[in-house]
Amino acid sequence: MIDLSIKIGHLNMKNPVMTASGTFGYGEEYRDFLDLGRLGGIVVKAVTGNNRDGNAYPRMAETPSGMLNSVGLQNKGVDYFVKEIYPLIKDFDTNVIVNISGSTIEEYVAVAEKINELENIPAIELNISCPNVKQGGMAFGTISSTATEVTAAVRKVYKKDLIVKLSPNVTSIQEMAKAVVDGGADIISLINTLLGMAIDADKRRPVLSTVTGGLSGPAIKPVALRMVWQVSKAVKVPVIGMGGIMNATDAIEFILAGASAVQVGTANFIDPGVTMKIVEGIEAWCGLHKVGSVKELVGGLIS
Amino acid sequence: MSGKKILHDLVVLKNEHLNKWHFILELQAPELLPQFLPGQFVQVLVKDSPSTFLRRPFSIHGFDPVKNTIRLLIQIKGEGTSHLSLLREGDKLNVMYPLGNSFTLPSGKNVLLVGGGCGVAPLLFLARWLKEQDVKVTILTGWKRKEDIFEKDVYLQCGEVLVTTENGSEGEMGMVTSHTIFKSDRTFDRIYCCGPDRMMKAVAHMAKRKGIDCEVSLENTMACGFGVCLCCITPTNHGNQRVCMEGPVFSTKELGW
Repeated sequence: MIDLSIKIGHLNMKNPVMTASGTFGYGEEYRDFLDLGRLGGIVVKAVTGNNRDGNAYPRMAETPSGMLNSVGLQNKGVDYFVKEIYPLIKDFDTNVIVNISGSTIEEYVAVAEKINELENIPAIELNISCPNVKQGGMAFGTISSTATEVTAAVRKVYKKDLIVKLSPNVTSIQEMAKAVVDGGADIISLINTLLGMAIDADKRRPVLSTVTGGLSGPAIKPVALRMVWQVSKAVKVPVIGMGGIMNATDAIEFILAGASAVQVGTANFIDPGVTMKIVEGIEAWCGLHKVGSVKELVGGLIS
Repeated sequence: MSGKKILHDLVVLKNEHLNKWHFILELQAPELLPQFLPGQFVQVLVKDSPSTFLRRPFSIHGFDPVKNTIRLLIQIKGEGTSHLSLLREGDKLNVMYPLGNSFTLPSGKNVLLVGGGCGVAPLLFLARWLKEQDVKVTILTGWKRKEDIFEKDVYLQCGEVLVTTENGSEGEMGMVTSHTIFKSDRTFDRIYCCGPDRMMKAVAHMAKRKGIDCEVSLENTMACGFGVCLCCITPTNHGNQRVCMEGPVFSTKELGW
């Protein structure tokens, strides 16, 4: 019997496989394809203080081994989330984590306070790394002093596990990791999307309405692995790794690099049942390599 | 709306090349297919094509519940569709379905279907469905030249067929939007349209002027096809809507066209 369970912060997870914010809706849309109860956790789409319509179409460009998006945090705001969405998802048999974002520190704090009241949400993921909004988002995650400040402000009002999701669009990811740990982060997740751009040569125009967008998919996996490895050595808090995970081997690589859990994002679009295959694949890999518990693998890179 | 969504490996029964750029894949399912409606689409996984990362959405061109098959009309545009054009009988294709909403029945019994380019894809299924409901169907399609025209005989089984070609080699010369039917006093209970946005907008505009109800099928680029990525949105009079879930079929009133 292989033990896939893992504990990060106060989160008890059946296995290390989670879904990444913005790729999993509120979980409901996946019920046709998988059993949510078999996931370690799900991170639901970013919630902000007020309704956001998001960016104009086109919001997506397919790129080699990946895609760019510029959705821009489209959501109906935290009050709508609490009233309409929470009742639908609160009894999922998995850790339901809410990704929160804002344009100002006050907005982050206001959202965090409201989510703190929700009994069945064991953690929030602070999104200081969205590249697709004009104000806030990534701006909070690329200057270390600001990252500390927003994390500390949310820490004051948020009593459960505080995950901070880092942006890869920085010079030193270790410095950013230390900055959010200084602010009181319990867990770090990384990486958000890499800032990129696509051009339609025939039209001589950018593909995305916002010109630039966030790159995801296997194209970013090597960058993500490097950053997870660097951060897991730089800080003591647990790390959740993500960036281009398509299968169980990818997930194992992140765990070896130092991640205690992983999030699967873009792969869900192509195969909405992929997380189940990843859970089964990790178990099979452990069996093949005579690993009794997935915990033994965390940071188990031989170098 | 759609029933339960599933992923299945469908078997290629036939790959029929219509001309240099268009082909039809006839796919058979191992299990009973859902009762598809015209306007719905599927997401196809293109394997072994390195530059094709996401699934490819195709509207359902034909549905045969007896044979348990669907037909997809595909235009060769890039590496993904080129790859699909090479599939052979017996090959398997991973397909997600059923996706999207569908065209609705008109208030009256006399309708016009307008298709441009590969935009004819959902219109054959629609024409057959309307005919079954005793709706009189007129089908107008636009082509570059006579040699490009395909499946005219099957459209003729559904109703009157009108054609435009850019060089005038068959039917009226010009674009589909310049056909004299739009200038005539013929009226319809509804116009259904699918094709490039600019063409659909022009048709919608003419329909509006004549006071005719109009439904269009949008082809916004999408990543997932089942409502989570929020990439395919279109603005409507009740906010941003997902083309893959609330669409692909919209009334042009909703779109403000």
